[in-house]
Amino acid sequence: MLDTSVVLSGLKLDNPVIPASGTFGYGNEFREFYDINVLGSFSFKGTTREPRFGNPTPRIAECTAGMINAVGLQNPGIEAVIAEELPRLRTFFHKPVIANISGFSVEEYAYCCERIDREEQVGLIEVNVSCPNVRHGGMSFGTSPEAAAEVTRAVKAVTTKPVYIKLSPNVTDIVAIARACEEAGADGICLINTMLGMRIDMQRRRAVIANTMGGFSGPAIFPVAVRMVYQVAQACSVPVIGCGGVQSARDVIEMMMAGATAVEVGAANLVNPYASKEIVEALPAEMERLGIERLSDIIGVVA
Amino acid sequence: MYRKGLYRILENEPLTASVWRMRLAGDTQWITAPGQFVNIAIDGLYLRRPISVCDCDAQTLTLVYKVVGEGTARMSRMAPGTELDLLTGLGNGFSTGVATQRPLLVGGGVGVPPLYNLARRLLAEGKPVQVVLGFNTAAEVFYEEEFRALGCDVTVATADGSRGVEGFVTTAIARCGLDFDYFFACGPLPMLRALSEATAQPGQLSFEERMGCGFGGCMGCSCKTKYGSKRICKEGPVLAKEEVVW
Ligand SMILES: Cc1cc2nc3c(=O)[nH]c(=O)nc-3n(C[C@H](O)[C@H](O)[C@H](O)COP(=O)(O)OP(=O)(O)OC[C@H]3O[C@@H](n4cnc5c(N)ncnc54)[C@H](O)[C@@H]3O)c2cc1C
Ligand SMILES: Cc1cc2nc3c(=O)[nH]c(=O)nc-3n(C[C@H](O)[C@H](O)[C@H](O)COP(=O)(O)O)c2cc1C
Ligand code: FES
Repeated sequence: MLDTSVVLSGLKLDNPVIPASGTFGYGNEFREFYDINVLGSFSFKGTTREPRFGNPTPRIAECTAGMINAVGLQNPGIEAVIAEELPRLRTFFHKPVIANISGFSVEEYAYCCERIDREEQVGLIEVNVSCPNVRHGGMSFGTSPEAAAEVTRAVKAVTTKPVYIKLSPNVTDIVAIARACEEAGADGICLINTMLGMRIDMQRRRAVIANTMGGFSGPAIFPVAVRMVYQVAQACSVPVIGCGGVQSARDVIEMMMAGATAVEVGAANLVNPYASKEIVEALPAEMERLGIERLSDIIGVVA
Repeated sequence: MYRKGLYRILENEPLTASVWRMRLAGDTQWITAPGQFVNIAIDGLYLRRPISVCDCDAQTLTLVYKVVGEGTARMSRMAPGTELDLLTGLGNGFSTGVATQRPLLVGGGVGVPPLYNLARRLLAEGKPVQVVLGFNTAAEVFYEEEFRALGCDVTVATADGSRGVEGFVTTAIARCGLDFDYFFACGPLPMLRALSEATAQPGQLSFEERMGCGFGGCMGCSCKTKYGSKRICKEGPVLAKEEVVW
């Protein structure tokens, strides 16, 4: 009997496959395609204290083996998520969900995490520290070990559920930031978020994206994600959720061998709405092919 | 409701130097309103390409597309028999359930195709249909005869005057004194805006935006309206004239 289950800080998942934040909304659009209960869990759209419209359009640009997005955290705000999205989600998703939280100040992170922590359906809180810190010149919290640790401490002080910090790859030393989060009490690390990228419309001689730059993701970033997951898993003792460019069961297994306990699937869901489901379904055959009986056995086998 | 499925190319042929028509066979049951679109996966390109449904029946659908970049260029080279992976039934489409006795359909360039199935539906409801088609020049004109064959009253406008009325669709509407109580439009943004400003009548307009998914999953295509933000791919591409924030 093949065993695909994994455990994230006490939260048991039937399988390690988790649609990544921002590529799965609050589940509504994907339930029209399939029963999303086949997933390990999913991470809902990055949620902030206030409702946000996000950036001007165009927000999307195509790249070789990937895409750039500059959505700008469009979301209905934490109160609407609690009052509308979670009650609706409960009617069609019967597993714990991962709450992805964003903020523009330490207080906003703490406020949102404290609110969402009380929601029964939330199994784990994923704190996206890639957002700009408005009080410090807009520099992202995720680019400094001190700022990332400060957010971690503030969130841990007001929550009871596992808190994972989702890191940006746009840094010089990912290990220093992951370690700082672990020391500040993070229960786990999730990485990577998108890589900063840009495309130019040569006819119009201007950037394709209205915001000029945006987050690059998709299969092109997979090797970077595997490398960063490996580095962080080597340096930290808390579990790691691997993310970035995953589009097959083989990619999931590779990410786990690098050190990930669970694996998120992002942009792949957008180009193939069945991507995550197909990965879940392909896992057993791939495990068999590689002689894996218990998926959790391979976490970090590459030393 | 929307679905993903495989569709086989029946025909793929040029209508003008850069505009092609592709007919595909497959499950069309999810296409429920004129003005909805499909999102086409193209081998070797990461994102799907959104194209409006020009017409459909129980087994086939017709797309009319302009070659503007890599994706549409690859489409134009696809041979009959090729299978394409499509998401169908996307977007809200035009609503014909509005109080109109004398509808006017206004299309600009590749905004013309989605009006074809709309015209068929309005005619089936027993309404006389007037159509204004705008192009840059005579060589770019397509579907004039197709609309006429349906029984529409067709006016063509070209920017350079090489065919029909010289000027934009708004020039043609004014010059021909077209009498209508409601309009449906699809075309470039400046055309939609000019039309909206030039008309006192209510109407529906179909918009374009760059898309990550086409089914509401990524928030890549949002726009502001008087009733809050809407996703062009999900609550659009068709918006009511009165809700548009220009
Ligand atoms: C709802 C909707 C319906 C459409 N219906 C039609 C139609 O019936 N006929 C037709 O000819 N065209 C239509 N378009 C425009 C069509 O999607 C683009 O021309 C096409 O995507 C260009 O692809 P490309 O690879 O050739 O161009 P490239 O410029 O190489 O494409 C690069 C990227 O930009 C995107 N893109 C480029 N232009 C547009 C555009 N105008 N709108 C949205 N995305 C764009 C592409 O999808 C791709 O992701 C429609 C667009 C939308 C949003
Ligand atoms: C359209 C889009 C929106 C995203 N929004 C968020 C978000 O709100 N919060 C977040 O933490 N990550 C967000 N991400 C990042 C993804 O969750 C993921 O970390 C990244 O895309 C890398 O994975 P991928 O290569 O599989 O897409 C977004 C990504 C995309 C493509
Ligand atoms: S294109 Fe993804 S939400 Fe509209």
